[in-house]
Order: sequence, then structure tokens, then C-alpha cells
Amino acid sequence: MSDVYILGTDMIKFGRFPDRTVPDLGAQAALMALDDAGLSINDMEALYCGNLMQSNAMVGQRILREIGQTGVPVVNCANACATGATAFREGWAAIKAGLYDLVLVVGVEQMGKAGLLGGGGGSTGIPTEGLLGSSTMPAVFAEAGQEHARKYGTTFEQFAKVSVKNHHHSTKNPKAMYQIETPLDKVMGAEMISYPNTKLMCSVNVDGSAAAVIASEKKARELGLGRAVKVSASVLTSDRFTERDLTMPDVNTCTREAAAKAYEMAGIGPEDVNLVELHDCFATAEILHYENLGLCKDGEAGRLIDDGEVAHGGRVPVNVSGGLLSKGHPLGATGVANIYEVTTHLRGEAGERQVVGAKVGLTHVIGLGSACAIHVLERVSD
Amino acid sequence: MAEEKAASPLPVVPFLKIPDDGDPYLEGHKCKKCSAIFLGERAVCSSCGAREGIEPIRLANKGELYVYSIVHRSFPGVEVPYVSAVVDLDGGGTVKGNLIGIDPVPEKIEFGMPVETVFKIAPRKDRDGNEYLTYYFQPRSA
Repeated sequence: MSDVYILGTDMIKFGRFPDRTVPDLGAQAALMALDDAGLSINDMEALYCGNLMQSNAMVGQRILREIGQTGVPVVNCANACATGATAFREGWAAIKAGLYDLVLVVGVEQMGKAGLLGGGGGSTGIPTEGLLGSSTMPAVFAEAGQEHARKYGTTFEQFAKVSVKNHHHSTKNPKAMYQIETPLDKVMGAEMISYPNTKLMCSVNVDGSAAAVIASEKKARELGLGRAVKVSASVLTSDRFTERDLTMPDVNTCTREAAAKAYEMAGIGPEDVNLVELHDCFATAEILHYENLGLCKDGEAGRLIDDGEVAHGGRVPVNVSGGLLSKGHPLGATGVANIYEVTTHLRGEAGERQVVGAKVGLTHVIGLGSACAIHVLERVSD
Repeated sequence: MAEEKAASPLPVVPFLKIPDDGDPYLEGHKCKKCSAIFLGERAVCSSCGAREGIEPIRLANKGELYVYSIVHRSFPGVEVPYVSAVVDLDGGGTVKGNLIGIDPVPEKIEFGMPVETVFKIAPRKDRDGNEYLTYYFQPRSA
């Protein structure tokens, strides 16, 4: 099976764009990625589009109506917060299968006023939110973090440091929603949403889009491997049955299984990874994934954030883009934006926030419900 | 003519059982093959795939607090703060519910603390004015 390469990728600056439409936002990123690859929509043999909140509304086709109705197959993907990464993986799989040589992937979301609290309860009887505990996202991820606190004594302050780090990182990322230093006292003193997650420990609700042009090895060589980045692993898992999963979503097992498969597929270990963009939907979640992705041993995640090993300049920088906490989290765009971030570092084009000498990077997303997608990307040229 | 009985409360969730003669309880469904416990009836076990042998069991009224969050922001109209608790019941089964009878501050709440299930009329009614019986967790002495 052919290897798959990223030839072009880009994202719009995340923000709030109430006057624009989903296809319009998606089209913008698509054109940017095509320009980055030096190709046109007429070169694309298929479009894989990730969007969650209009998943019944043919977003991919509506994007093509804005940038070129070439009649190619369009697949619209929805997979909770793993939507964009799933669209990317579907494109990857189609190239692997030998169906196409050049595929366009777009992830796009317009969050509008939708909050991150998440969905409501059932439609019959009485609402159970606040009666039978909470099913809001901040509470669900707070409880997931509290499991780590229970096992290893992880503190509110350690969780909060994740947010300080990611907000600091995004001061160097012009495409992030925020470029504002956010010190520890500000994070810990912000409005408590669901202990231990304060408002500044919840991902930022933004609109956004990102896109990538991916190619078979044959096509990539034909066009020149100059700035190409190799996709060395693409893995998707769902939530295997675990003891408490039906009451308390388990974001750990599906990540651990995906990570093990991804490292095997890429023929590397976690020690070979130079940067990681992982799913920091809440500050508590990032702590869990240091261990889930094998960046440290179980129980060491608190030390990792304390010692700065996951900060820019540390052993394995995590979320140098600012992450979902500060770059923002437009659900369907997030997975593709992670690909953009890592690719940009592997190309040595990340400017002020460049992770120097980065050769291998990993992206990770979790869609609650659950889906976990991991991609490993590798620099081609020396 | 039989005296008209006051309308009895409805269960807040299908796995809360209200027997005609006896105390309310939470019901699990246990797979005989792999021992996985579910809340609510089901035909197939999602742990091992067994298509038969999933039987109702009465869940214990005692357990321990596994983890919690103190919720300060919820949906409009929901009174905050409150403690959202994940409780492991003795003998199996994990249930989420509000933890009451305790100050909603982290200093007062301990992982692993013993809790018990209590049943009360919910402070909310449905559109038709029906009352509901709900469950809560509260601290108990070990």
C-alpha cells in the first residue's frame, strides 16, 4: 500500500464569525491549503469534509459550490470532537486503498452561541441535570481528572498549570484565538465552572476551519517531496467496554489503544516524538493524556507539568499552538488544525513558536461517546 | 367501591424501581457470562456480546464515592453549586448522582468516603404535574 503525504495545509485564524457561513469558512481554508500545495481544485479527486453541527446538511458539497463543482466524490464526516481527524483519516484510507492520488480534506465548524456545556437530557420525564449529577462537559472532564487526583494526588494547581502553559504558547501563534499571557493566579481565580475546572481551564468556543491536501507516494514524488510531510500512522478507536464507562466516559482506554497502534504502525516509540498536539478540551484532560500517550509513566503527569517538560523548549512540547484551551476548539476543524500545526513545525515554518529540529510529531483528538484519532507525522527532507 | 389512591410518584429513571410493597431500589442488569453490570434493561451485553443471560439484580444501597466534581455552572434554571458524584456500589454497579448532606467544597469531600443511596420526591414535576421519585447519595458512617 502506498504511503501518504501531506502536500499542503493551512487554517484560518480562529475567531468568532457570526456573519459568515459554514461553507464559506470551509472554502477559505480549502483554497489556502490548495495554494500551499501549489495545486487547484481541479487536481483533487475527492473531498473528505468534517463538520459536526450541520452534519445533515451536505457541507462538503456546499464548499465545492463555492470553489469548484468538479463532480468528485464528497464524503461528509461527523464523529464528535474527532470529526476533523476522522475526515483526514478517511482521505488517508482512500489513498492507501489506491482509489485516488490526490485528496482534499476540510474541517470546519461555526459554533455560534453553542456553549461547551454540551447536550441536555432525555425528552421524557423531568430533566435530570443537577438532580442525578451532571452530564455537562466541564463536569464530565472534571470527574475524569479527579480520577487521576484520586490515584496520584494530582492537584488543582497542577491542572491549572496546563492552562497557563497553553495560553502562554498561543502568545506566539497568530492564528490562535487568544494571544494573552494568563498567569496561574488568574487561571485558578477565574469563575469556577466545575471543580477543578475554572472558566480558563475550559476550551475556547470559536469558529474555524482548516484543510489539507494529501497525496499518494507516487504523486508526491512526481510533484516533488520538498515540503512534503509523511503520514506514518493513522489510527481510530472507539470506546471498548470498561467497568465504569456507561456512567463515567473513559477517555483513557481508547487513547491508550490508539497510541499503542500508532507507535507500532509508525515504527517508533513515544521517546521519538518531538511535539504533540493533544486534546486539551479541558485542562484536566491534558494531564491524563501525557500518560495515555506514553509521554511519561503512569503517575508522573503532575511532575511533567511542574518540571516544564511539556512546555515549549522542554523535552516534549505539548500544544505549542495554544491547544484547544487558547487557540480554540471549533469541533469539526480541530483535528485538521492539529495536522496543520504539526506539519508546520516539521517543515520548519512555525516562526517564533518553532520546535527546533522537529522530525516527528503526533496529533490526538477525542470525541466523547467515544472516538479517539491519532496521527503520527514525519519530516521527509533532512 | 375502593378508595381512590393518591397518584404514586413516577421513577426518575427506568432503573429506579418502586415496588408496590417495599422500599424503592436501584436495579442493575448483570451479564451471567462476564458479570458486567448495566443500568437499564438490555438484550445484548456490550462487554462480551452475549445475547442471553442478562438478568435483573438489586443494586446495593451502600457504596463508596469514586470521584466527584463540584458544579458551579450548569444549564439555566439548575440550582448550583452541587456535587456530581460517581459512586461504586457495594457488590458492583457504578451510578452517578448528586451527593447531598455535605458542604460542596473540596476540603469536605474525600475520595472513597462511604455513602448511601436515599430516595426522595424530586423538586421538579413534569409538564403534566406528575411527581417523581429520585435518588441521591449522602455520607454514611463506615
